Amino acid sequence: MSAKSENLFMVSLKDAAAGGAVALALFGVLIGMKAEVASGLGGQLGIEYRWAAVAIAVAIVFGGRLLLNLFVWKTDKPVTATAKGFLPSAKPLAKLGKYAMPVFLILAVVLPFLLMSAYGSRGSRQYLDLAILVTTYVMLGWGLNIVVGLAGLLDLGYVAFYAVGAYSYALLAQYFGFSFWICLPLAGILAAFWGIILGFPVLRLRGDYLAIVTLAFGEIIRVVLLNWYDFTGGPDGISGIPRPSFFGIEFERGPGGFADTFGLEYNSIHRIIFLYYLILIMALVTNFVTMRLRKLPVGRAWEALREDEIACRSLGINTTHTKLTAFALGAMFGGFAGSFFATRQGFISPESFTFIESAVILAIVVLGGLGSQIGVVIAAVVMIGGFEFFRGLEEYRMLVFGLLMVVIMVWKPRGLISTRMPSITLSGKKAKGISADLVQEGHG
Amino acid sequence: MTASNHLLEVRNVETHYGKIIALRGVDLTVDRGEIVSLIGANGAGKSTLMMTICGTPQASSGQVIYDGEDITRMPTHLIMRKSIAQSPEGRRIFPRMSVMENLIMGAEMAGNHDLEAGLQRAFDLFPRLKERRNQRGGTLSGGEQQMLAIARALMSNPRLLLLDEPSLGLAPLIVKQIFDAIRDLNQSDGLTVFLVEQNAYHALKLAHRAYVMVNGKITMSGTGKELLAREDVQAAYLEGGRH
Repeated sequence: MSAKSENLFMVSLKDAAAGGAVALALFGVLIGMKAEVASGLGGQLGIEYRWAAVAIAVAIVFGGRLLLNLFVWKTDKPVTATAKGFLPSAKPLAKLGKYAMPVFLILAVVLPFLLMSAYGSRGSRQYLDLAILVTTYVMLGWGLNIVVGLAGLLDLGYVAFYAVGAYSYALLAQYFGFSFWICLPLAGILAAFWGIILGFPVLRLRGDYLAIVTLAFGEIIRVVLLNWYDFTGGPDGISGIPRPSFFGIEFERGPGGFADTFGLEYNSIHRIIFLYYLILIMALVTNFVTMRLRKLPVGRAWEALREDEIACRSLGINTTHTKLTAFALGAMFGGFAGSFFATRQGFISPESFTFIESAVILAIVVLGGLGSQIGVVIAAVVMIGGFEFFRGLEEYRMLVFGLLMVVIMVWKPRGLISTRMPSITLSGKKAKGISADLVQEGHG
Repeated sequence: MTASNHLLEVRNVETHYGKIIALRGVDLTVDRGEIVSLIGANGAGKSTLMMTICGTPQASSGQVIYDGEDITRMPTHLIMRKSIAQSPEGRRIFPRMSVMENLIMGAEMAGNHDLEAGLQRAFDLFPRLKERRNQRGGTLSGGEQQMLAIARALMSNPRLLLLDEPSLGLAPLIVKQIFDAIRDLNQSDGLTVFLVEQNAYHALKLAHRAYVMVNGKITMSGTGKELLAREDVQAAYLEGGRH
């Protein structure tokens, strides 16, 4: 053993011993003594001592800290670098991004038929439900991508607009009997309106401060929905939300229904397939609009705003308008997705719009690579699909899930797809993606 | 010179940051076709004056007149669409966007739609940018970024170019290149330039006229040559500053 490694061992041992001592002090009380109603003392409180458990806990802390010190914390090579060695190189993924778009699209379009032929109409239902869920999150991710990925405004309360969209439809249907097709644009407009309402007070804020305010806004919406019992039904939610029709043709058994009109045999899967295509089209519209806007002055202004607000002002960009359009558009797509959610579920309550939803959507955007549309798709499939996939692991599911996120971030710190296509090049030349590898972290 | 020859006129401007006063009654003019430099130490208020002209922060009293129009209370984005362009302090290019996109950002909001001509002019002025046009702004060197910042400002086809410390953190050779380019723009295109600099030697040498700012006030003014020759200016700003 060389002098250096011996020294490392001694330092690690000392550190581990200190950790063990702290653990002993804490666990001695926390684990070692348990207040109990002792049976032998006639119902009085007694203390049960569990020194063996304390010894095990302290040993785990000591041993764990020693091992971590020796092999992770104090090694010359950081563990993230070691972990990177086990993962495949990120390079092929950039190429994958190029072909992924058409492949994903074709796959998405033929998916219901693939599932039907593989599992039959009964067996494919759960997979279709999952596909609908994933696509909903893709749409939400794309919507949030406008705000966070393009305009660089960290929004932790995106679920508020999802909720506004869902409740807009549910309430309009309940009070006025409006159909889904009338409510869909209304829900989008209302959500965009709320986006502007939120946008105004937070125009001066950026980064962490903005995140906190949007977080609060998300909670305010949820709490209002929860407590305004007369109007929203509070925690009971709203049930019996009308299902969407196929342009006026209901998905019902019997004459005049969808199956009857098109000469098919009635099957409840028809509605599920219709819902799937509905959300797929809505998501694709979101993507199309975003991609178009990126190539227009307003889209470039969003990206410029993300990069440097002061420079934007020096170039004559109205930062107020730019931020508000980003908020409003992002919120609008959230609202569309929300009304789809309401019509699909048939029942909504404030429980569906908690902070964790915002966090999941944000995680999809960040893991996918801020500003990358295809990255959002991959991240949504991995996150939402993966979450369902690991259902068999029961209580370890969250652990696996968390670990997966850490691994992705170690492997690709800027998200799965960090290559950015320039929105414009010299006339006639094909756009080439610019890798993020050479740009300092946090600067791109 | 007649009053109508002033392209930019700053009249008795005071600017406050909260309760702290940064500019204490500044008077200054920039005539058409001139290069005017403003020199001063750190914290003298040079950049504050530059930003007050652009409307962020707005002057608490006094007037800023551009081309005969009072722009003192105008919002920044409207000022910047008035044939005024600024290359801000610290360059502030868009690091994730390509060089091309950076340049186009300069043209778009000012309503200059002749992109081809604008790009041609930028690439003629700084050929290095043409080589790097598809690179991310953030991957450029400091000097190239400064070139990009100036080229981006020029994309709006301005009549008045405001430059805030273009020599900041650059090697002497690059500084010379940048200043040569500014002189060139002034001579060939008749562009009016207002320059804020700490690098007093270069700034005074380049300028037709110059001002010295101390503690939020203009303390001296004259032609660049005059100020360069003055002993008090040399003692305060030029000791060891000559590259």
